[in-house]
Amino acid sequence: MLRWYILRRLLLLVPTLLLVSFFIFSIVRFLPGDVVAIMISEQGYADDEAELRKTLGLDKPLVIQYATYMKNVFRGDLGKSLWSGKPVTEELSRRLPTTLRLGLMALFWTILMGVPIGVLSALYQDRWSDYLLRSAAIGGLSIPGFWIATLVLVFGSIWFRWVPPMDYVPFSANPIKSLSQLLVPSFILSIALSAGIMRMTRTMMLEVMKEDYIRTARAKGLAGWVVVVRHALKNALIPVLSIMGLQIAFLIGGTVIMESIFVLPGMGKYLIDAISWRDYPAIQGVNLLICTWVISINLIVDLLYGLFDPRIRYR
Amino acid sequence: MESNLQEKIIDPVSMRVEGIITPPKRHHWLLDLFIQLVKTKPLGAFGGLLVLGMVLLAILAPVISPFDPDTMHGEKIVAPPSRTFYLGTDALARDLFSRIAYGARVSMTVGLGAVGLSTILSTIIGILSGYFGGRFDTIMQRFVDAIMSFPWLVIMLTIMAILGPGQVNVILALALAGFAGASRVVRSAVLAIKEMDYVMAARAVGCRNTTILIRHILPNVAAPIIVLATLGLGNAILAEASLSFLGFGVPPPASSWGRMLSGDGLNYMLKGPWLAIFPGLAISAGVFGFNMLGDALRDLLDPKLTGGMRLRR
Repeated sequence: MLRWYILRRLLLLVPTLLLVSFFIFSIVRFLPGDVVAIMISEQGYADDEAELRKTLGLDKPLVIQYATYMKNVFRGDLGKSLWSGKPVTEELSRRLPTTLRLGLMALFWTILMGVPIGVLSALYQDRWSDYLLRSAAIGGLSIPGFWIATLVLVFGSIWFRWVPPMDYVPFSANPIKSLSQLLVPSFILSIALSAGIMRMTRTMMLEVMKEDYIRTARAKGLAGWVVVVRHALKNALIPVLSIMGLQIAFLIGGTVIMESIFVLPGMGKYLIDAISWRDYPAIQGVNLLICTWVISINLIVDLLYGLFDPRIRYR
Repeated sequence: MESNLQEKIIDPVSMRVEGIITPPKRHHWLLDLFIQLVKTKPLGAFGGLLVLGMVLLAILAPVISPFDPDTMHGEKIVAPPSRTFYLGTDALARDLFSRIAYGARVSMTVGLGAVGLSTILSTIIGILSGYFGGRFDTIMQRFVDAIMSFPWLVIMLTIMAILGPGQVNVILALALAGFAGASRVVRSAVLAIKEMDYVMAARAVGCRNTTILIRHILPNVAAPIIVLATLGLGNAILAEASLSFLGFGVPPPASSWGRMLSGDGLNYMLKGPWLAIFPGLAISAGVFGFNMLGDALRDLLDPKLTGGMRLRR
């Protein structure tokens, strides 16, 4: 029954979220002494170790601190950035939309490229086009995105005299120009993702095409593409959906790299900057947001999976 | 096919023969696997060749490199490929070919260290979790879920943020980021084997748990572990390159391919495109080889597919 499936999934969520938030929260406790010393001497976050401990909240016992932290989190307060002094929530909310847009565009390209190529590869199995596409897929997974981005920058400037714009145009100012700045990075991101989707689609299509109902559809006299799209693809895509959920996690890692290269003010770049500045409240905030995001997406994907494939609900 | 029957003539007059049937020559299972790989999966064999090339490059780096990777050759900054400097020089007038050869060392060391650690951790957790089940399993799986909800790069960056720079820290970061997913695979393999009849029979005879684990479970999870390790090496090299690219990897003066790309590759793109091409090519070739090999091994060792090889004696 769908109700029990949803309930079970939601119940499993709670301990995972607790563990994750506890991990993230206790990061500051693991800082080795010399890192703390650097925070005082180089960054000047506090005058001495005792004051830094108080700022980071390390003087109280762990459990009380964790409880205070979680209480604040539910009120929307993620602490104050050591670097800028502003609330972490404010810094994040300024940068989140850019990363979201980058991720969504990358997903769009991924589905556009990955699924059709996977289907074609399955239909032409073991012909030379299949081998070519499969090798291309493994290539897409192996070739680092940052290298492709570097090559695009290098040869773009040599051949086309094109340089990516240094200043980011906010979406509110000029939507079209803002999105066009995201075109190249999102496409490069989607290469690795579509490789994964293409392989999964191919595997699932191959399995589905062997099923009896496909044979029946063909025997009925249905045209080839109707069989593929209306019968095979719909069933093959369900596991692909769950793979896409896993890829969201990979996507966020990729946005970190792309935002660094193309100088886009998103959450990924903020994480890198926060690490360079040793701004641990900010690091905690970004981690918490990203993990909650990934867990929610996985939950939605699981629920959708249960919705589309009734067999899962009884597991 | 070679004949298994050897005949010896006992009496040349009556032509009576005595036959000895020799048992078929059994190769070691690794050799069998290798032969199957080359015969049926040429792409995988090609990947294996790339892997071998990279390993040899790493081991023979001091022998192959014409120069020491850290020597600066005067004013020959960002020089194009030539007879002396096969791949050119970088911004500090160091020979790029030698740096790439030694970079293979860095990648292989970090990769092997990370995958080794990750394999040990994931095997222990996966086997214990899958075999003993119960509350330990439930708690362990919550931990694994929690770790897997972090994107890989974010975990690694955060761990590097806490530990600071250094090669050992990179190995730790990679291993901690990767062992959770691997432990899941091991666990599902153990769950499948636990239900097999021979395990039940062993238990009925009175085998201790440790004996069953070592003699029955472990050899059968060897196959997915090998596949995981191979694919994991590819991912580890990519991850190390990504970390170094962002500036959080192996610190200088060690020549990491990723840092070569982000430092000189981006800064000198107009004057010296070779600085951006060759390190990236090296990374791609290495990861490509491991992925191809891992894929081919997975196809060969998967017992679900017909014609797959089984490693069980």
